[in-house]
Amino acid sequence: MKVLVAMSGGVDSSVAAAELRREGHDVVGVTMRLWGGESDTGCCSVSDVDDARRVAQQLRIDHLVFNFSDDFDAHVVNPYVDAHRTGTTPNPCIECNRHLKFDRLSRRARLLGFDAVATGHHARIERQPSGVWRVIRGADTAKDQSYVVHMLDQKELAYTLFPVGHLTKAQVRERASELGLRTATKPDSQDVCFISKTGGRETFLGHRIPFRAARVVDETGTELGSVDAVELVTVGQRRGLRLPGGAPKQFVLDVDVATATIVVGDEARLERAELHADRVMWSHEPLPLGSEVMVQTSAHGATQPALLDEVGADSVLLRWRTPQRRTAPGQSVVLYDPSDRAVLAGGIVR
Amino acid sequence: MNSERGRLAYLDHAATTPMCREAITAMAPFLSDEFANPSGSHRFSRSARTAIDEARDDIADVLGCAPGEVVFTSGGTEGDNAAIFGAVRRHGGVAVCSAAEHHAVLHCVEHLGGEVVAVDRGGVIDIAALQQTLDNVAARGERVAVVSVMAVNNEVGTITAMRDVARVVRASAKGAVLHTDAVQAVCWLDVRDIVMVTDVASFSAHKFGGPKGMGIMVVKAGTTLEPLIMGGGQERDRRSGTSNVAGIVASAAALRATADARATQVVRVGHLKQSLVSGIMSQLADVIETVPSAATVPGVAHLCIADVESEALLFLLDEAGVCASAASACASGAMEPSHVLGAMGIDPRFVKGALRLSLGHTTTEQDVQTAVLAVVRSVKRLRRQQ
Repeated sequence: MKVLVAMSGGVDSSVAAAELRREGHDVVGVTMRLWGGESDTGCCSVSDVDDARRVAQQLRIDHLVFNFSDDFDAHVVNPYVDAHRTGTTPNPCIECNRHLKFDRLSRRARLLGFDAVATGHHARIERQPSGVWRVIRGADTAKDQSYVVHMLDQKELAYTLFPVGHLTKAQVRERASELGLRTATKPDSQDVCFISKTGGRETFLGHRIPFRAARVVDETGTELGSVDAVELVTVGQRRGLRLPGGAPKQFVLDVDVATATIVVGDEARLERAELHADRVMWSHEPLPLGSEVMVQTSAHGATQPALLDEVGADSVLLRWRTPQRRTAPGQSVVLYDPSDRAVLAGGIVR
Repeated sequence: MNSERGRLAYLDHAATTPMCREAITAMAPFLSDEFANPSGSHRFSRSARTAIDEARDDIADVLGCAPGEVVFTSGGTEGDNAAIFGAVRRHGGVAVCSAAEHHAVLHCVEHLGGEVVAVDRGGVIDIAALQQTLDNVAARGERVAVVSVMAVNNEVGTITAMRDVARVVRASAKGAVLHTDAVQAVCWLDVRDIVMVTDVASFSAHKFGGPKGMGIMVVKAGTTLEPLIMGGGQERDRRSGTSNVAGIVASAAALRATADARATQVVRVGHLKQSLVSGIMSQLADVIETVPSAATVPGVAHLCIADVESEALLFLLDEAGVCASAASACASGAMEPSHVLGAMGIDPRFVKGALRLSLGHTTTEQDVQTAVLAVVRSVKRLRRQQ
């Protein structure tokens, strides 16, 4: 097969390219240039492109750079800023996968005659006996990334390869070392690639939106204090609220950007019986009402069982088996089958 | 990349052109037996020194300047930087350039907070706008340190009449250094005309059959620039650093060979370019020749192709064995949207499909046929699938 492998300059995608090469595929590596601004981490810096190119050279495959910065701004950076402006908590890595890796890049790959696109995600793709394609959790449960690639539909699943999904991270690093790849010991990327460590989220957003001070109140409306930027506060947050010490720990229960008000209370007050999600994408067909699913609400969070209470055109209402802590609006929620192995759907918390 | 044809059509001469035989032959001794540092006082050094002095004479003859006005540098970028920073640091005042300049000029001027002047639809500096800019600087009570305008645009190949630029600068910015980036001019124009009307001109050897890492700057007598690189005082204190003897000798040989062959090559390559452009445009709709051939050098065919993306087109051309380019690449190697096409006001629908096919002394009729076939097939394929 002729495979285009997305190489970020990290160890996982380096080994993904190596695995495909070892299997005898005709492999071309590509690094996407996404962010044109200041950055010190993630997949956009020149040194990461250098790493990807050097690995490709060592593997004797061609390496290209595609400039997709226009789509990255439009679909990842601008929505990230807008989300903060409107008081929700976005997940830019998921939007990047949705709009860049598994849309713009795969469209480009098809156009150029490739048979598949590959990435270094720790997840697997299986075709079930029924013929339905599913994303399956990666073999390394601690590094599983099925949550961030949940948006793959049948068409994309049939076109995508995850060559390291069956390996543990330790095995990936071992293979990179054996091959003498310079990325073998490179640390995992952790942060949002377009936010620099020195400035952080506050500086990044501060250059793009005006921060508004907000009142911090308890559930009865009594004012307890204030913060400088309502845009930087997230549901469930405990630190950085500048509340007087000595009192019981207070958590953010709600953020109302319109009135610049932050409601705080005891942790127990965050518990919810249900969760509403919009922009839901089913990887195949929607499940019937009443089906039990396992639900994950953060990249490496635990999953919890829930029942499908309502299924709309692109929304779902989930009823938790036992009440769960509220998830911040804007976060992604991913539904797995009852064995907690295969991705069924994903959406955005309302 | 693999070519199924087993033959490559190299059409990226504006990026770099193969070294000519004369240059390779001339430099060879200086990579082996003639290894000395020309600044020394022994016989080996004197021999190397002689080679440099002869090269300088030869270059001055081709460029139409005095030998003492020739300064050797590391390339076009250094020449551009040395002219702009050198003029501003020595004389003070404002740096001015056109919006279609190579980044080696544009980024220097922007860094210094200078003035960037609009260009017309063909990429030529708008003379009225230049006049206005110079008048505005004077009206603010400031002086113009340097005006930098390229002789031939590296992306679209447009020729600027430096005489017209000089007339305005001499009249409205007395004492300003007039610099030209003439990197793309050498193969196609008699550069003596350019050198005659400017104070400083930058050239790059690998664009005319010399080696990479070698540049020539003409700094006219009476023009003073603060040196960019200080040290041992080589090049009469204008550019320190041990002389690149092999590079200098090769550059002189390449420049002479290029000048000798120029009249013939201009006609030969001009015909090739015509058949390249007409071959593509007669078979594809919605393609524009970015600047009409009459206004450009024979070596650059620049097309804007609607409804395709340059990156995808270049990949397919590469697969078909055609080496071409689009705009300039950034540090990561990614294609950047062209500031030149932006400044020229080209329809955005066409800008995304920018394609530069640049021809040179080794280009053949076969290269052109291969490229026409590959471009037509690739564009049709991309348009069909989109």
